[in-house]
Amino acid sequence: MGNMLANIFGTSPVQPLVNHVHIAYKCVRELDGFFGAAIKGDWDSAVEYRNRITGFEHEADDLKKEIRLHLPKSLFMPVPREDLLELLLVQDKMANRAKDVSGIVLGRKMHIPPVIAAEFQEFVKRNVDASKQARKSVRELDELFTSGFRGAEVSLVESLLEELDAIETDTDDRQAALRASLFEIENEIAPVDVIFLYQVIELIGEIADMAERVGRRLELLLSH
Amino acid sequence: MEAQYIYIGLAAAFGLFMAWGIGANDVANAMATSVGSKALTIKQAILVAAVFEFLGAVLAGGAVTSTIRKGIVDADLLVNSPELLIYGMLASLLAAGTWLFIASKNGWPVSTTHSIVGAIVGFAAVGIGIDAVQWEQVATIVVSWIVSPLTAGLIAFLIYLSVQRLILTQEDPLTQAKRYVPVYIFFAGFTITLVTLLKGLKHVGLDLSLTNSYLLATGIAVLIAIVGFIFIQRIEPDPKAEQKQHFHTVERVFAVLMVVTACGMAFAHGSNDVANAIGPLAAVISVARSGIVGSESALPIWVLVIGGGGIVVGLATYGRHVIATVGEKITQLTPSRGFAAELAAATTIVIASGTGIPISTTHTLVGAVLGVGLARGIEAIDLRVVGRIFVSWVVTIPAGAFLAIIFFFILKTVLP
Repeated sequence: MGNMLANIFGTSPVQPLVNHVHIAYKCVRELDGFFGAAIKGDWDSAVEYRNRITGFEHEADDLKKEIRLHLPKSLFMPVPREDLLELLLVQDKMANRAKDVSGIVLGRKMHIPPVIAAEFQEFVKRNVDASKQARKSVRELDELFTSGFRGAEVSLVESLLEELDAIETDTDDRQAALRASLFEIENEIAPVDVIFLYQVIELIGEIADMAERVGRRLELLLSH
Repeated sequence: MEAQYIYIGLAAAFGLFMAWGIGANDVANAMATSVGSKALTIKQAILVAAVFEFLGAVLAGGAVTSTIRKGIVDADLLVNSPELLIYGMLASLLAAGTWLFIASKNGWPVSTTHSIVGAIVGFAAVGIGIDAVQWEQVATIVVSWIVSPLTAGLIAFLIYLSVQRLILTQEDPLTQAKRYVPVYIFFAGFTITLVTLLKGLKHVGLDLSLTNSYLLATGIAVLIAIVGFIFIQRIEPDPKAEQKQHFHTVERVFAVLMVVTACGMAFAHGSNDVANAIGPLAAVISVARSGIVGSESALPIWVLVIGGGGIVVGLATYGRHVIATVGEKITQLTPSRGFAAELAAATTIVIASGTGIPISTTHTLVGAVLGVGLARGIEAIDLRVVGRIFVSWVVTIPAGAFLAIIFFFILKTVLP
């Protein structure tokens, strides 16, 4: 009968969501090292990075399924179930993009022109920063729930999300600059490789896009 | 009469078993949050619970016990056959115990109080006659079963809302917490003490005037608040823990308040639930001894002592295990939320005890938790359990009645 009190509490999705975004970030973070190795042509190290990325992405997928299983309609929460599931989805997409990008680059043993290599790596780093900022914001979920999505905590999260927007805008600018740099030398490179280079740049840029979408989902939660 | 010793012995045995069960299972409701949030160790929790459950039972349990003993069954109809009351009360204890056993095996959220009341109504209505039941009193009791969780829910909702507005959403929640929590402690102590003084202590012979009650309650509450204030001043922020969770230290401040309300909840629980075990026993004793079903005889205090003692033994032996298990599962009930729920529940229960109404302490607490949930204070509430509680409301009374009727006719045939 004391268990009635215990059973009234469903499995809270908050901590699992925070854990999930952490794993997604760890997955994205490996791209720094991966591209470092790829640019140097050190494909053995790149394979190791790629394996770690795949591992984290699978871990994220498993956790995503777990969370979805434990969010039945009968669970009464202060925010709509759909909003939390959408947040989970875009968090997961950050990891998915990282896996896709590393897959293409490794599969083609893609050669990144030295002229744009430094700019390229800065671009990757900035996208990783966006993912880190997304994780930082989602980590505040627990506190948001405690304060009932009101007050000082909301101001804190809003400033974190503003920063996230700024980082994403920065990546957009860098993406444009990188494409311009590639455009200048594209005739010196094999056409097929150029196409894939453009595609890889776009995929990397999507990581920051997903991170920004995480921020937007959080904002939606705040608006309730 | 040799038979009277058999009856009293049986009733005492069943009653003590019920009391043990109440102590073992229900005490977790009062203490699990304190243990789960590490405000108290299990040993401290057991000690606190033992003291306050016992005090609640003995000091404030008289009115509800009287209701169970003689408020439901109309004594006049039994003038010529008092032994029927004995069989009936024994049957009720057996029926309630059996139903609780079945329910816990299946994990159904069934209430001890509902079981006992349903059983008594059952045997009286069928075993003696429809007129044997004081239906007005029963109606009041059933209405209160619906009203008490709602009331507790409303109070908890308001309390938690105030906590959010005053403390949790402010820029510097720690400073606000240190300022306001002693005030909450004062109100917790004041409310529970006042209600007990106004309503609950008549059976102990303590009947204070209205003014004196208010003064005494204020005095006691101020004392408790000062002690709480001293403990709170000692709490210093832990920078490493704060990094991970901003409200870590704030919750430690609330933990002090949590302990105060846990005491109140243990007291309230003892005051209302002791009757489930001891009420029937008291009825059996008074009939077996005097041979008549007299409503005038006062409730002997040692019966309450037995009940309180049984509860303490239950919580000390098996209760510690339940507290630990429940404490691990209710981590969402941090001190700031837990105190709101427990204070609301304790206040409601103590008012009911003072008015002599037996209510379900567990359902009242669940109602309070839902109130906090409605204030957006709980991350995830399983509504299926709420659904099952509603179902149990409907099923328990007939089930208890049915079992009581069966046992009643068995005992009637078997006993001298």
